[in-house]
Order: sequence, then structure tokens, then C-alpha cells
Amino acid sequence: MKVELQNLTKIFPSRNKKSGEEVVAVNNFTFTIPDGKLVGLLGPSGCGKSTTLYMISGLQQPSSGKIFFGDEDVTDLAPEHRGIGLVFQNYALYPHMTVKQNILFPLQNLRGEDRLSKNEMLERAHEAARLVQIDELMDRKPSELSGGQQQRVAIARALVKMPRVLLLDEPLSNLDARLRLQTREEIRRIQKETGITTVFVTHDQEEAMSISDMIVVMKLGVVQQVGKPQEIYDSPTNLFVAKFLGTPPINVFSGRVANEQLYIGDTAVLTVKGAPDGNVTVGIRPEGFIMDKNGALRCNISNVEVMGRDVSIVSTHNNSLNPTIRSIIDADEKPDADATVATFALKPHKVFLFDAETEERIYFEV
Amino acid sequence: MAKIRNFFHTVFVEWIYNAFWKELVVKKLKFDKWKGWIYLSPAIVLLLIFTVYPIFNTISIAFLDDYTLAGDRIGKTYQFGFENFRWVVQDTLYFLPALKNTMLLCFITVPISTFLALLIAVCLNAIKPLQRFLQTIFFLPYVTNSIAIGMVFMAMFNITGDTTDLANGSADTIGVVNIFLQFIGLDPINWISAGSSYWNNMSVAIIYIVWNALPFKILILLGGLQSVNKQYYEAAKIDGTPRWRVFTRITVPLLSPMIAYVVITGFIGGFKEYSSIVGIFGDDMRAAGGQTLQTMVGYIQNSLDPMSGDGEGVASAAALILFAIIFVVTMINLYVSKKKTHY
Repeated sequence: MKVELQNLTKIFPSRNKKSGEEVVAVNNFTFTIPDGKLVGLLGPSGCGKSTTLYMISGLQQPSSGKIFFGDEDVTDLAPEHRGIGLVFQNYALYPHMTVKQNILFPLQNLRGEDRLSKNEMLERAHEAARLVQIDELMDRKPSELSGGQQQRVAIARALVKMPRVLLLDEPLSNLDARLRLQTREEIRRIQKETGITTVFVTHDQEEAMSISDMIVVMKLGVVQQVGKPQEIYDSPTNLFVAKFLGTPPINVFSGRVANEQLYIGDTAVLTVKGAPDGNVTVGIRPEGFIMDKNGALRCNISNVEVMGRDVSIVSTHNNSLNPTIRSIIDADEKPDADATVATFALKPHKVFLFDAETEERIYFEV
Repeated sequence: MAKIRNFFHTVFVEWIYNAFWKELVVKKLKFDKWKGWIYLSPAIVLLLIFTVYPIFNTISIAFLDDYTLAGDRIGKTYQFGFENFRWVVQDTLYFLPALKNTMLLCFITVPISTFLALLIAVCLNAIKPLQRFLQTIFFLPYVTNSIAIGMVFMAMFNITGDTTDLANGSADTIGVVNIFLQFIGLDPINWISAGSSYWNNMSVAIIYIVWNALPFKILILLGGLQSVNKQYYEAAKIDGTPRWRVFTRITVPLLSPMIAYVVITGFIGGFKEYSSIVGIFGDDMRAAGGQTLQTMVGYIQNSLDPMSGDGEGVASAAALILFAIIFVVTMINLYVSKKKTHY
């Protein structure tokens, strides 16, 4: 099921009656989620990603704009008629019911011709449980399950009605690091097996990058960039997106362009064909550095971290906008561990220029 | 001067502290060991005097045949035996009606008031405007004197004059309840006045007790409702759960600890019902010429009357019987709620 959002806007009335300032949680969001894809809504807290999810679910009404499931306008449709499954951040499993009763609950609500016989219900519940691999835990109560198992039960409960769209609100935030890795692959597998269009919300860029077909990066209610994870990583449209994606994060310098030469400090470090003169903010991905004795960028090494496959050099530079610069070098390049100064050449396609004022991307020919 | 005073102060205070407090109280009397007990002692002393001693005294008196305080004062001795209990359970004139009244009131009012309180709490929780205001209104009976409420009830259900007077319209006063009944075209009912029937009396008592029991129950249940995670309801909404099913399958189970609490305390309170009946029907605990509405506590109270009572021995025996009933019912409640309650 294709999900289409048209000019979706959500405005919350002000809490403070005197100032009367409204809060625009989601601002003019237009986006089409292709059928059968896994889409991640990504952004820092307060960016409106959860509000967007809740508007798709119908639990919150948009202030303006429309939502389509396929060709059907569902903007004014009540949540229960939209055919969605929603997994809450803290799962919201009914604590007094067993796993089986929890999964059966949505089916028992069906009325009229949708109503299934008891055996069909049980069969569907077991099918959903098998899909998320909890069929051995059917008689337990939620309090007797681990966080990861509860998560699976919540997904099974959302899937058992065979929803048109599956929505996940911060699905991994309550899990520990190891379980998170495992569960996100699990979510990916379940989504691929069922082929249900899935939207999930996260503030963890790694999580979004690793399993999404598409990512929507949001900031203060405004969509910053939409695209495949790799595309966004390789070509961010503004400084915010560049900073938000990637671990370790991008290194940021203040610099300027003069005569198609990029200067960081007083040294020209890169030829940037087509870039206009002026002050810029320079973003360089950690993997964008090359150890080079004749390299133009000189940094003072403060630490060298050996990771086996590659080496991470932590250094400082006067024009760096971050306290430290982190560059990742292939271990085969054998950097000198005792050196105090590193000189780098730069990979042009790993260097992004942004307008120092607007923070928008300035493109140059590579 | 100040220096000298300081010096004396230091010497004196330190001397007292070291010599008296440290040496004697802390080391010799092992104060630290007794510290906790000393802090608790005011409460313990009060409990011993006003709770523990009366309980033991009641138990011992109950097993002294035909004990009366007056007799005890003039040095009469009493024998150990079960005479008081035999007297109480064979007292068909007073005790058995009191037992029946108490049981009826308990088993009728507790379910009704619990169910109503649950409905009101759910409704109150569902509305936003005026919630605080209505909450206060519903809580008012709790802080109002029950005798005063009883007198207001008496006035509300009142009819002065007998039924023939009513028939020809010459009754002197008529309460609001009957005015309302007449207004909607029904005959007025003789609720509590002379010649009223037992079940009419009982109905008024039940209405009174239910209404009086509501505030506390609403307060507890509303508190429980407000601590229920809203996401359960959002999840239920997404699944298209009908309202009634949300109530029975989600709200009630999640509230079950609070429901168990109000039922248990309701039964305990119900068995001790007394002031409500006195409030409506006066000291006699009956409508003029009607059957008695006396409760167990009323029976105990009357037994203590120095002129007409059966004596402290009988009162103690009745109190122990009441205690045994409450104990058994509470045990049953706890047993049932353990099976049905989700914590």
C-alpha cells in the first residue's frame, strides 16, 4: 500500500495562554512512501517525526493537508478503519493478558463479516507469533518476558490483523545495544517477509541507515532531505543533514573559497571548481582524509586509536569547529604512531561545502 | 564577658555531654540499642492503652458468664464460660434481626456502590471541563457529618400524617422525594414515617449508605484510572475495540487492585454500619411502629446501656462475633481478589 502525505501540517496550540505562540510540530510535509518499502523518519527529539507517525495512524488529526493510503483519502478516517498496525515505543502490551490473549485481542474486536471463527483466530495468532519467533512464549505474561521479546509480541499484535501499513514508534529505543542490533535485523526480515509498507521513527541515524529503504531527515517540523540512506550520506543538502548522519560524525571546519581554491586557515587544501568566492563551512567525512607527506592540511595529533582494520587519528586544528578532528585511515597506510603532526590530502567527494550563513550546500565539480 | 561565658558554656555542655550522656546513657544503658524503641514509644504507649488493652479485655470479658461492669465494681466474681455467646446467638428478638439487617445492608450496598463508583469514576475521567469541580461535588458527602446527612435524608423522605391523611391530601408535611414522585404522576410512598414497611425503610437506608460510600470509592478508583497508561487506550482504539469491551477487558482488569481495595474496605465499613441508621431513624433505629433496623454495632451499643442493656459481657461476645464475621468475609475477599486481581 502506497502512503501519500500531501502538505501535512500539525500545529499545536500554545501551552502558555498569554504569549499565544503556536507550536508548528510538522510543517508542510509532502512525501510519498512507495508500496512495500521500509521508511525511517529520522531527526532529533522535537523534530515532529512522532507527530507525523501519529497523524498517519489517525491518533492525531493534521491541522491541514491530506493523507492517502493508495488512492483512498484517509485524512478524516478513524484509526480503527485505516487498517494500520502500530507498535508503541514502550509496547503498550496489556499487562493482565498472556501473550496469546494480547495477540488475539485485535482479532476479537472484529465484527460482522470480518469476524473469524475461533480456530481461524488461533491460527492467525500462531502464524503471527511464528513470524516473530515467539510461538513458545504464548502462555506467558508480558512481565515474564525480556524487552526484546515484548517488542516481538507488540509487532505480532500489530501484524495479526494484516494491516495495510505498519507503524513503529522508536522501536529499538528500549532495548540494550546488543539486542538493538539483533532486533533491527529482525524488523527488516519481518518487513521483507510480509511486504507491508512500514514507517518507523527513530533518532538514531545508524538504526535508520542500516535497515531503511528510504530515510526522511527532519528538523523542527521541516523535512530536510529525503532519499536512500547512501545517497543522503554521500550528498547531504545542508549542514544539519551532514552533521546528523554518520558515525563518527563529520568533521567541520571554517574556511573560505577564493579563486576556486578552498582555504582552511591560510593554506589552500583543495581545488573547488565552480564554487563562488566567500566564507564557507567545510564538512569532511572521517574517511575523506589521506595520509600524505605533502598534504596541505596540517593537524596536531592528540591521539591515535588502533582498531585493527583501520586506524583512527584524533587531532586538532585551529579552524576546526569541533574540539577534535577524527580521521579514519586504512591500517595498511601505517601511520607513524609517534608523529605529533599529521598532514592530510583530501578526497574531493568526501568534502562538502556549505554556505557559512545559510548552511545550505555549495556544489563544486569533483 | 562573652569569652568567659563561652568558656563556661563549652566546659559545662561538654562535661554534661561526656559525663552524663556518653558515659551513662550511651555506654551503660546501651542507648543505641534502645534508640528505635524510644522513638516509637509514644505511639506504642497509646496503642497499648487504647487498642491492645481493650481488645484483650473484650476477649476476657466475653468469656465471663453474665459479666456486667456494675457487678464487677461491687466485687462480684464471674465464672469462665460461654454463657454470653449462647445468649447472643439465641437472642431472636434483637441479635438475629440485627445480624440480618447488617448482612442485607452489606451485601446490597457494597456491590451497588462499587459499581456506581466505577461508572462515575470512568465518566469523570473521560471529561475534561469541570472535572475538578465535579470531583469536589462528589467528594462532599465524605467530609460531611453522617448524622447531619441522615437528618437531611429524613426530611427528604419524610411524610407527616398517616396514609389516610395522604389519601385525602391532608398530610402536613411532605418531603422532596414524594413531591417529585407526585410530580411525575406517581403515588407518594411512606418511606420512613409511622407505619412504613420494612423494605421502604431499608430502601432509604440503602440509598443513604450507597450515596455516603461513593466519594471514597470514586476517589480511589479515579486515582487508579489516572495512573493507567494512556497508550493502552490508544492501542485499543487502533484495534477498533468497542467501548464496553475497553471497559471490561482493559479498564476493569487494570483497576482490579483498587476495586479489590474498595470492596474489602466497603465490607468492613458495611459491617460496622451504625450512624447512618441512627441519623435517619433516630436512637430507636426503627420507624415508628415498624420493624427494627438495628445493626450489629447498634446491638452492641444497646447492650452497653446500664439500664436496659444485657451487660458488658454480652456486648463483648457480640463484638467478637462481629469481628469473626468481618474476619471471615475479608479472608474470602482476599482469596477471591488474589485469583482475580492483576497486579
